[in-house]
Amino acid sequence: MATIAVAKPRRDWVGIVFALVLTVVIVVPMLVVVTWSVSNVWRFPSVLPQEFGFKFWQMTLARSDVWSALTMSLSLSAVVTALSALICLPAAYAFARMEFPARTLLFFSFLAGQAFPKFGLLVAIAAIFLQLNLIATFWGVVLIQLVGTLLFMIWIPVAAFQAVDRRMEEAARDAGAKPLRVFWSITLPQAAPTIGAAVLLSFVGTFYETEGAWLIGAPQIRTMPVLMISFINNQPVIQYAAVLSVLLWIPSLIALVFTRRVVNSGSFARGFGA
Amino acid sequence: MSNLSISNVSKLFSTTLAVDDFSLDVADGELVCLLGPSGSGKSTLLRMVGGFEMPSEGSIRIDGEEVVHLPPEERPTGMVFQSHALWTHMNVFNNLAFGLKLRRLPKAQIREKVEAVLELVGLGGYGTRGVTQLSGGQQQRVALARSLVLEPKILLLDEPFASLDQHLRERLREEVRDIQQRLKITTLFVTHGQDEALSMADRIVVMRDGKTEQIDRPDIVYREPRTPFVAGFIGTMNLIEGVVQNGVFSKAGYSTPVPVADGPAVLAIRPEALELTVAGENAQGHVHRVTDYGTHGLVDLVLLDGTRLKAMVSHPDLFATGQGVSLAPKAIAAYRDNVLIHRVALGKETAALRQLVDA
Repeated sequence: MATIAVAKPRRDWVGIVFALVLTVVIVVPMLVVVTWSVSNVWRFPSVLPQEFGFKFWQMTLARSDVWSALTMSLSLSAVVTALSALICLPAAYAFARMEFPARTLLFFSFLAGQAFPKFGLLVAIAAIFLQLNLIATFWGVVLIQLVGTLLFMIWIPVAAFQAVDRRMEEAARDAGAKPLRVFWSITLPQAAPTIGAAVLLSFVGTFYETEGAWLIGAPQIRTMPVLMISFINNQPVIQYAAVLSVLLWIPSLIALVFTRRVVNSGSFARGFGA
Repeated sequence: MSNLSISNVSKLFSTTLAVDDFSLDVADGELVCLLGPSGSGKSTLLRMVGGFEMPSEGSIRIDGEEVVHLPPEERPTGMVFQSHALWTHMNVFNNLAFGLKLRRLPKAQIREKVEAVLELVGLGGYGTRGVTQLSGGQQQRVALARSLVLEPKILLLDEPFASLDQHLRERLREEVRDIQQRLKITTLFVTHGQDEALSMADRIVVMRDGKTEQIDRPDIVYREPRTPFVAGFIGTMNLIEGVVQNGVFSKAGYSTPVPVADGPAVLAIRPEALELTVAGENAQGHVHRVTDYGTHGLVDLVLLDGTRLKAMVSHPDLFATGQGVSLAPKAIAAYRDNVLIHRVALGKETAALRQLVDA
């Protein structure tokens, strides 16, 4: 009788080392920031803060500019994402399912916004906005941030729409649905998980967008990241920036948890081309 | 009570003619199979009936009414796709109820109809299942039920069993045939599998390059193929290319009387119609291989010039590799220029069978 060798699970040392290094690189700075946000006194050379406490949380949250920046950031992100979806989803469907002149050229033109140094582009746009009286206005910032979401909101949904089996749409037509109904009842739900990923990316991306908001919006429009920059520049108190960073993580954390609930991880990954 | 009438339909895809001047009438309650190799235009034809392709020419009428210009949603046809095309974001019930909801039926009636049709396809109580939880055969049944629940005048089946394994395919085609006959629903069925066509169809349309080769009952298509293409495509057929001279067909030592004008001819003999006798010196060929299938045997033989033939024998143990044999066909057909020129049953057995079939 042949003996059956039971393969011992081999330890993947290289993988473990990579995982450790990644953890250190990502988690340690986060821990440091969180620790800073809850330390009242932390002086060199002590490894741990001399005094823990929420003094700086209270001070930060008591500032009205923080609250108005948070409201501004959330409303900007929501408006930009909604507008972007309204414009990009029909466009993405057209790119995915229809033939029209210069389709490929137009499709790749959305890359152009990402292909050049962003700051140069922003300065040029700012010059135009100055003429149009859009500088330092809410809608000026909306417009500039909208440009930043186009790539995600076109390319990912195009892939999502293309992945929908045409036979499913044909079967719906066969069952008696008109084209618009087919889109609403079959195509959109089929593409929804992936499109959800695109919407999330666009929301979070807009929330953290800094250069455009600063160059076009300053000084009237202050978003959270812009506020954080001014905190770091103007006040050499690390705790303010630390508290603000932790505050900035909250929306993306909520968004991620929410998405994981709505969307199973497989289709979420598909949205990113996996 | 519905009939389908396709007349002079052509479909041009840029420069290729996928369907070429095709005409067919399907009677009420009849199941007609479109059979042909891939690229023969059978699927295109079905999609034109369903409204997914627009014919370049010709007319399609259902119960006498022209439907060519109607979109799929306005045609009284129901299509079952090869890939099921079930909506994976809905459960079985909602897949079936979708079309009924569009027709604004009351909820109770929708529930009643869906449950009845699920029962019909043998999936009673499966309504709440997700379609991705079902096996391939169950998915195909749901796809069939989704079409049937809308009570289409014409049922269109596009290679519905192609993605299933052999066993399941045989079972499902019997079930589909039973349901079709019970509901007496007029059906057009596309397949490239000849056994599917032979076992299910009332009539078979053999297609090649967008044209009809033959439209007949399965048994006639099998026994009396009108062209060498049909002869070779349906079942196994020995096709021997030779020459007729003075009423005798000959090919490499084998000859048989064929009373037609002199010239080249293709002789067609079914393996089951080719009897072999063991021969010594004046053998017409020799045995290359013998395969025993239990119920019967198949002898691969080689004529003197290397032409390969197959013969079905009831006692395979009588033959051995290398043995000399003579041919004694019980039924032959001869073709010239793609047209049947001669057919004869040489044995009593086939003649009796023919009478039975024709009766």
